[in-house]
Amino acid sequence: MTKEWIRDSEAPAERKWEEFYRNRFQHDKRVRTTHGVNCTGSCSWEVFVKDGIVTWELQATDYPALEDGLPPYEPRGCQRGISYSWYLYSPIRVKFPYGRGVLIDLYREAKAVYHDPVDAWASIMDDPAKRKRIQTGRGKGGFRRMMWDEALEIAAASVVHTTKTYGPDRVAGFSPIPAMSQISYAAGSRFLSLLGGTILSFYDWYCDLPPASPEIWGEQTDVHESADWYNSRFVAVMGANLNMTRTPDCHFISEVRHAGAKLTVFAPDFSQVAKYADWWIPSNPGQDTAFWMAVNHVILKESYVDRQVPYFQEYVKQYTDMPFLVEIDGSRPGKYVRADLVDEYEDVENGEWKLLWWDRSSDRPRMPKGTIGYRWATEDKGKWNLELVDGLSGDELDPELTFAGTNDDIKQVEFDNFSGAEGVVNRGVPVRYIETDRGRIAVTTVLDLMIAQFGVDRGLGGDYAVDFDDEDALYTPAWQEQYTGIHRDTVLRFARDWLDNAEKTNGKNMIIIGAGANHWYHNNLLYRSGIVALMLTGAVGVNGGGLAHYVGQEKLVCHASWGAIAFGGDWGMAPRHQNTPSFHYVHSDQWRYERGYSDYDTLPEFASTDDHTIDHEVRAVHRGWLPFYPQFKQNSLDLVKEAQGEGSGSDEEIVSYVVDRLKSHELEFSIDDPDAPENWPRTWFIWRGNAIGTSAKGHEYFMRHYLGTHSTAVAEELAGETVKEVTYREDAPIGKFDLVVDLNFRMDTSALYSDLVLPAATWYEKDDINSTDMHTYINPMQMAVAPAWESKSDWLIFKSIAAKVADLSRSHIRGPVKDIVMLPLQHDTPDEIAQPDTRDWYKGEIEAIPGKTMPKFRVIERDYSTLYEKMVSLGRGVEKNGVGAHGLNIPVADFYQELAERQPRDIDVSELNGRPYPSLERDREVCEAILYLDPAANGELAHRAFQAEEAKTGLSLTHLSDGQRDTRIRFSDLVAQPRRVLTTPTWSAVINKGRAYSPFTLNVEELVPWRTLTGRQHFYLDHENYLDWGEHLPTYKPRPDHTMLSETEISANEAQGRLLNYITPHGKWSIHSTYSENIRMKTLSRGGYPVWLNDKEAAEMGITDNDWVELFNDNGVFVQRCITSARIPKGTVFVYHATERTVGIPISPLRQKRAGMNNSITRTRLKPVLMSGGYGQFTYSFNYWGPTGVNRDTFVYVRKIDKPSY
Amino acid sequence: MNVRAHMSMLFHLDKCIGCHTCSVACKNLWTDRKGAEYMWWNNVETRPGTGYPTGWEDQDHYRGGWEKNWVGIDLKLQSKPKAIANLFYNPALPELDDYYEPFTFRYEDLFNAPEGEHQPTAIPISAVTGDPIDIEAGPNWDDDLSGSPIYASNDPNLEGVSEEVRQQMGEIERVVFNYLPRICNHCLNPACVAACPSGAIYKRGEDGVVLVNEDECRAWRMCVSACPYKKVYYNWSTGKSEKCILCFPRMETGQAPACAHSCVGRIRYMGVLLYDADLIKWAAEGPDEEMFDRQKEIILDPFDPAVIKAAKENGIDDGWIDSAQQSPVYKFVKVWNMAVPLHAEYRTLAMMFYIPPLSPVVSTIEEGLVRLDIPRERVDFELFNSLEKARLPIQYLANLFSGGNEEVIEKILRKMLAVRIYKRRESVEGIIDDATLAMVESADTTPEEIEAIYRLTTLPTIAERFVYPPYHREMAAEAIYGDPLARKGDAGFGYVMPPERGP
Repeated sequence: MTKEWIRDSEAPAERKWEEFYRNRFQHDKRVRTTHGVNCTGSCSWEVFVKDGIVTWELQATDYPALEDGLPPYEPRGCQRGISYSWYLYSPIRVKFPYGRGVLIDLYREAKAVYHDPVDAWASIMDDPAKRKRIQTGRGKGGFRRMMWDEALEIAAASVVHTTKTYGPDRVAGFSPIPAMSQISYAAGSRFLSLLGGTILSFYDWYCDLPPASPEIWGEQTDVHESADWYNSRFVAVMGANLNMTRTPDCHFISEVRHAGAKLTVFAPDFSQVAKYADWWIPSNPGQDTAFWMAVNHVILKESYVDRQVPYFQEYVKQYTDMPFLVEIDGSRPGKYVRADLVDEYEDVENGEWKLLWWDRSSDRPRMPKGTIGYRWATEDKGKWNLELVDGLSGDELDPELTFAGTNDDIKQVEFDNFSGAEGVVNRGVPVRYIETDRGRIAVTTVLDLMIAQFGVDRGLGGDYAVDFDDEDALYTPAWQEQYTGIHRDTVLRFARDWLDNAEKTNGKNMIIIGAGANHWYHNNLLYRSGIVALMLTGAVGVNGGGLAHYVGQEKLVCHASWGAIAFGGDWGMAPRHQNTPSFHYVHSDQWRYERGYSDYDTLPEFASTDDHTIDHEVRAVHRGWLPFYPQFKQNSLDLVKEAQGEGSGSDEEIVSYVVDRLKSHELEFSIDDPDAPENWPRTWFIWRGNAIGTSAKGHEYFMRHYLGTHSTAVAEELAGETVKEVTYREDAPIGKFDLVVDLNFRMDTSALYSDLVLPAATWYEKDDINSTDMHTYINPMQMAVAPAWESKSDWLIFKSIAAKVADLSRSHIRGPVKDIVMLPLQHDTPDEIAQPDTRDWYKGEIEAIPGKTMPKFRVIERDYSTLYEKMVSLGRGVEKNGVGAHGLNIPVADFYQELAERQPRDIDVSELNGRPYPSLERDREVCEAILYLDPAANGELAHRAFQAEEAKTGLSLTHLSDGQRDTRIRFSDLVAQPRRVLTTPTWSAVINKGRAYSPFTLNVEELVPWRTLTGRQHFYLDHENYLDWGEHLPTYKPRPDHTMLSETEISANEAQGRLLNYITPHGKWSIHSTYSENIRMKTLSRGGYPVWLNDKEAAEMGITDNDWVELFNDNGVFVQRCITSARIPKGTVFVYHATERTVGIPISPLRQKRAGMNNSITRTRLKPVLMSGGYGQFTYSFNYWGPTGVNRDTFVYVRKIDKPSY
Repeated sequence: MNVRAHMSMLFHLDKCIGCHTCSVACKNLWTDRKGAEYMWWNNVETRPGTGYPTGWEDQDHYRGGWEKNWVGIDLKLQSKPKAIANLFYNPALPELDDYYEPFTFRYEDLFNAPEGEHQPTAIPISAVTGDPIDIEAGPNWDDDLSGSPIYASNDPNLEGVSEEVRQQMGEIERVVFNYLPRICNHCLNPACVAACPSGAIYKRGEDGVVLVNEDECRAWRMCVSACPYKKVYYNWSTGKSEKCILCFPRMETGQAPACAHSCVGRIRYMGVLLYDADLIKWAAEGPDEEMFDRQKEIILDPFDPAVIKAAKENGIDDGWIDSAQQSPVYKFVKVWNMAVPLHAEYRTLAMMFYIPPLSPVVSTIEEGLVRLDIPRERVDFELFNSLEKARLPIQYLANLFSGGNEEVIEKILRKMLAVRIYKRRESVEGIIDDATLAMVESADTTPEEIEAIYRLTTLPTIAERFVYPPYHREMAAEAIYGDPLARKGDAGFGYVMPPERGP
């Protein structure tokens, strides 16, 4: 039978037709590029061009190999990336500039009268009817194609009008995570920095920032490249669906299992990654903390109390705060004991910021090196390191971990019980007494407090757990059952396997964690509970061990040089970096709809909670803990003029004038009265992101208060009765923004609701740089085809806006002006030792000292007429000051000069001319500048960075840069092949010779301290807010439930539905909203944004698969079809996040408006303890610290509906 | 011995992410055009589930593959005497709704809608008619257990699984899924070829790729029915049938098929298998329980001098023989006995192979609490001694891959677990003790084999996963065009015959 079927090549004539397919495959060009989307993939792709058209893409597979024994990275790139080419020529592509018809008509009318663009714009904004007419039509269609010139003119007119009338800080810009297209991000941020506008953060707003990381490590986030998973031997995956969100990395997990690793997956649903698990542990949503607290109980009992594991003991002594002394303050744990309290160290520099432990050999409190007082030493330098050595005498030290057996006394200490009725439990803690200048005080170690906190009995008396089966005792395996729904035997078995693995492998235990854990209100406690299990088992700073948190592409590897360019450091700018959670909570008026945190946060009994979240926000701004813009009710440019008018000549005098006016309360902070029209943000630039749509927690409040258009929110305002520090205006403002400008390649929700939409080049149409934490290579983005139709790269667009602004400002903001910029106390600066306590100058409790008890102020000269020139030239600030990161200054003057020779640009403005500047005119030139001036890509600079670190630490470190000093990675190198970055102290791992990146290996192996109060990893947090919040020790707090959140009461009376917990994980068919409307993804999913329900629960509600359902609460409404499935747990409804309201969204039968999107259901709720500042690792940095945009505690009603109409 | 070469793909299902990158790679390259919108030459199914087209395994309905009669085998679609009579009427032919009606959206309305009372939205429309559509089906409709009470519960491969276990699979105790990527199996005994009245379908001699000649296809669509895997599709625009071509233009230039290249789970392997074409009939007509054993029998040992000699006599050159010796597919299928074809009982002798997956251990519910069903004492990888506690029932996997023979699946899974245990002992304990060696032996393997399996499973580079033979296109050019030097000059200028619409 085969003879007749098989046709060999020797029967050629009949096979000529095969060219049909060969012809399709033939192509003209392959171009290496990547996707600038916030997915952390950073995948190298080849784009295939045929006949000048991008036809398809496939992954490049030429990553340089890592060390032997690790699987290779190829191929990287997922279902979403490979569908990107659809966008280029799709009907959703923004091909031309668009504006809303009503706006264009009004502008042209006004222009005919006023001629000057700024005057014309002002006339529209000053007319309430016209302004309202523009706002109410937002998002309702009526777009019209425009000429580029007119669109730029309107945008610039609004910028100049806002700056002149209200101040530059009323111009705001949002763009997410820069790492994936660093030049595009920098385009807008550089423009705003030079302007003095407000730059909105993203990592905290997206709730990607895990606050536990700065709490424990003083580090924003640092994680393993995915190849390092392969070094682990016990992996716990929690709140991270690797198949979905780490698609190109997921193979390392399937592979490491075959290398002998165990895999446990924690997820309430049977998620995709659960298929790989040995053990799937379906703990109840948001209750992982309880599970890990019980694991820690078992670890402490079985490897710290019943016996001691040498590896663990040595580890916690050297690398954690376990041996540090804490004062027992009355009956509660208090602050770390300060060195200057004891005679021996009373005269040391920064003695208030150096801490003590108990040395076994000398049997007295001693002062180890490495604490924060050493970091910011100005005299006694070079001792900021983790050697077990006394900082004063140089004696070797052997710290005591516990006083059990050597104690002077046992004190009954109060530990908070947030899960029980009694509030506190009292437990015996071994203490020693030490003599201080305050008299004799009782002190104990952090380990002793930990053992007591976890209830592990050592016969010290008090309310300890009897055994693991003690259901009433906090943190036992039996206790956790009520929260997690997981049997105690499973906890025990897990904990013992965890311990056993760590002991045998020296800490190759890893937690891979993500949004599913980080999006809960008490996310810091959840993370901390897991990190405790890692620290107790010596797993942090070890290849194959530690916390691998992957949410957001946070690793912009060349951040030292990039930061200078992106935020105008080269021109001496002080950028207005705003933490977005606070910004949106306040400005979109979401604070008005709640009584504040005390409805749902749980504090110790003694703490006073009769204030509102916004009160804490106000205090945090007053004290310099958090930024807030606009900063003052008065235009900051006018304020300086006023100061000058009153005789303040120097910058110092201007600052002191302003401080005096603040002290007298004559000058108001904008945060004190956020709804006053002078305090509204006015002009908003959105680029590379979906700020109004999928990242807008409380989207329907954005609709109402920002845009002034339709909203499906029905919630009641509740804040009036509780707020104390803020002016509550009876009528909430509707429509704060004058103009919203969106740069986009697709008509997404933000574009649809914007006033101007500017066509952006796609990722296959521009040059850029892309990096990630998931691997250690830098990838280029390259132009495979020219920007299609009238699109332009973001860099070119912002350059054009800058030119227009410069042009228009010449007649409106003449000459150089001075601006006073208010800045919070900053992480990685001496501000970390500014505030030993939390006394408030605003209330007169302490003197108002800028940079110490209150914000810092900098006077900046701005000449708007040179905005463009500065935008496209790299200023001499870099040459003079070098680049910096992690508190290190790295000199780069010689490289700056070489760059100026290689890509020279003259500035034709008298006060700026002279030697040529390095040009930043073109995207490619910006790429070259970033690469050439950063230690991660320039080996000589890595060497200099280690020299700088040596000076601070007194350690020998430059051996780490040996052998790489000659490396210079240029853009053309990246085009040829992805290049691996260099070992540099601007990051925390040693990656020489192909070793996989594991965070904090530099700290562990080289004894470089963590950037925290103790210089070590923290089990204990002694900031006064943490003591007040009962979060000084790792603890468990219950999840807020629907009765606390004030978001379902009105809806309850509207229609019949079932109340479910609303879970919005990352989806399979999109990266956030991008790709979600791409026809490939729509086809492979179900053509919409389906709502997932448990099949049996759905049946009880009369819902069958693919029925239409309506999700509604007081915040808003969402309507889609549903999927019923056995893999979804009862009591929850899943909507994979970041839906668009642009595609296939019907009218809500309930609210009779176009149904919204996934964030129509959510609302912003901030956790005040995360606003702490001015103290060690609790010091502000952009995207680094502050409250996060949590959204997972939300509840929603779900009901079946008939087929709705569009 | 009639030795021939075959390019075969292997899917390591334990590694599959279920991402569908493969599907999109294929679609972009081959089926992104009018008439082909609904075709997914490569698709990925969630299992349990009913796949694409829905319920394709229901051969009582679709009548694909072969069935055994008392003398040999017949196409299930049409025993030979009936074939002519049924030429114009084929009740088993899948209709568009069995796949899905392709759809798109009226995206342009977002730009063009005049200002109105409501926000504009892009409504769904049929990609065929352009009319508004209610989306009720798609090529991946039951992805990740979507609609599990309708789809997963009705997976025909659950036959023989106890009612109790089937119930548990709908609950926390045992809910589970895995993925099954599928392309054309480029069978040795292809039903599509046999069913084509026009003789338009053929199997390439040099690499086994089964192709529909777009010039000769006459739109009978018998291939669509006859293929039990439903991997031949009818293009309603050109009036021709089309199917996966195993990316022969890529393979001929030493590149993996787009689906395999793009496989980000690194689950796919490609390599040469040598087979004895004289034994195809013998293998295809074997008794049910011997189907796969016979198929393995006709896959030849590329190191055997007799095979090499016979191969050379058949015109298979040294480069191909060398590739066959390096073939990762050969190792998994024939040397390590870890891979099996999908539904061998269809008797088409499918030449794509699968390694079945592990799954998590089951749980019990005790007073509302979830408890892993594992022994109290610590054992590494409990399933090794109690495979019945894997969430994915062995019977289910056996129905997919071994004609219901559970032992075949158990052996593979135990070998996979033996690799894991051995590597754990080696890297965590640092010693391989006698108990470990006994465990290795009980899994019918050796430390050497374990090391080799481990390396090819976890560490392979792209060159180790895809081992390409030299295609000698210069010889083909010589045969087709006469002079390869002339071809060098005129390649690309030639007239390419477009397929014409069928009758």
